[in-house]
Amino acid sequence: MTAHDGPQGLEAQFEQWRQYVLRRRELQAVDADELEDHLRGSVDELVAAGLSPDEAFLVAVKRMGSLDDLSREFAREHSERLWKQLVLTGDSGSPVGGTRSVRDLWVMLGCAAGAVVSVKVPALFGLSFADDGSFYARNFTLFALPWLAAYLAWRRGARRTVIAALAVLFVLGAVAANAYPLADDSQSVVVTSVHLPIALWLVVGLAYVADDWRSSRRRMDFIRFTGEWFIYLVLMALGGGVLSAFLFNTFAAIGIVPEAFVSQWLLPGGAAAAVVVAGWLVEAKQSVVENIAPVLTRLFTPLFTAALLAFLVAVVWTSHGIDVEREALLLFDLLLVVVLGLLLYSLSARDPLAPPGPFDKLQLALVVSALAIDVLVLLEITGRITDEYGGTPNRAAALGENVILLVNLAWSAWLLLSFIRRRTPFAALERWQTGYLPVYAAWAWIVVLVFPPLFSFA
Amino acid sequence: MKVAKDLVAASATPMVLGILAEGESYGYAILRRINELSGGELDWTEGLLYPLLHRLERLGHLESSWQAVAGERKRKYYRITDRGLAELAEQRRQWDTVVGALKEIWHDRAPLTVHPLEGLA
Repeated sequence: MTAHDGPQGLEAQFEQWRQYVLRRRELQAVDADELEDHLRGSVDELVAAGLSPDEAFLVAVKRMGSLDDLSREFAREHSERLWKQLVLTGDSGSPVGGTRSVRDLWVMLGCAAGAVVSVKVPALFGLSFADDGSFYARNFTLFALPWLAAYLAWRRGARRTVIAALAVLFVLGAVAANAYPLADDSQSVVVTSVHLPIALWLVVGLAYVADDWRSSRRRMDFIRFTGEWFIYLVLMALGGGVLSAFLFNTFAAIGIVPEAFVSQWLLPGGAAAAVVVAGWLVEAKQSVVENIAPVLTRLFTPLFTAALLAFLVAVVWTSHGIDVEREALLLFDLLLVVVLGLLLYSLSARDPLAPPGPFDKLQLALVVSALAIDVLVLLEITGRITDEYGGTPNRAAALGENVILLVNLAWSAWLLLSFIRRRTPFAALERWQTGYLPVYAAWAWIVVLVFPPLFSFA
Repeated sequence: MKVAKDLVAASATPMVLGILAEGESYGYAILRRINELSGGELDWTEGLLYPLLHRLERLGHLESSWQAVAGERKRKYYRITDRGLAELAEQRRQWDTVVGALKEIWHDRAPLTVHPLEGLA
């Protein structure tokens, strides 16, 4: 007789077995109950036949066969379980998970309501969407993102120092957006409206990684979160558009035109709430279905590579210089952002231990062709930026971004190459990308805080 | 001798419905009963039985309820419904046809498997 024998040891073994069963998505708590009863029946019979409880348990588990086979058979009957896993109130079978996700739902609803109220607060001070467009353009991220950050900080159980840092950064953002005397038609307003969201989104990132902000894995999770959040937001925007159209047209059909309601309440309130709800959805459905951003990346990496290579060939073939118009630098910045996004989201879904494959080579081709195009653009532009356009905030910001992205992609290309030649592990590339996140944050804050006075609020 | 997998699968539904027509029962007891009836020749796994029970429940042939047994233990009992009885009658007609036809064919032949050499005598 071993120490495991006896009723208590047996109960512990049943509990362990149950946890093991519940890890299968195909098997739910009620199935575990039913199978456990089966296992107990089997054990009882074997004990009655003279086996010790320990032996009986082992034999009974062995008789049941492998859990793989079992869950495959269950999956055939319950294929819906592999699809709908997102339940608003969690698994009713497990009380602990249930209360946790119910509380989660309420906190999320509170934060979403807070975001809706924040959008409408300025209206109390006489600021309307129609007349103070520039105020709303500068501040729109300040209405919703603090609430998303609050929800994430709550979920992560952030420490006080982190919460204080978050609060300080959001206040700093509000100061940057509103304290400088920027004219409504100045370039600086546009530059601030573009860069403040980036800076604040990375503050949300700080809330996301609040439990372990130095960890490269957590930062990668934030990159994944960003992609999925964006996709949910786009989907909700589509749904919201359909809802508003129906609301507008059905009411218009009976002679009531709800234009003010739709444009003053439904759209701004819905957008602010959607920011928080999208964050909650990503958190709630982690690992429920395959993440979408990496799938899109897989689809579009070959297509973008082909497009960029075709463009390069065309430039060389026609020996036509790239025509650098006013918006050109911005266009090529966006190109680099897209390439970086494609790189990031394939990194995020890659098994770090897998050996280099054809897709990695394809990515190297993508990054190198984007770099080649960007170098051409920079050569074209360096002459002009100093004399023709001079130092406007637009130009300086776009150029700064270009340099930051260029450095990132150049080093990524180098790391990809050494990974393909098996000189460095894949993790080096991942660490480089996650370590680079503070650089974007620093630049966005510099543009928002330092640029307006530097360019004398032009 | 083991009964082939396909045959086990094909006969599973009438077997379960037939056992439950005798009275309500639960998974482990159903498996024991099948074992008993076939003298241990029918190799049923839990992966066959429980998904089948869930499917028959979904189709309305069975209904189930959780009952407490021996203290805190809960057990899921299955009961056949009227629909299930109708289905059982239909399955039975089909099986009778198949079995009847096979019997006709094999009517005056000695079983092939046991002693093939004796057949020559």
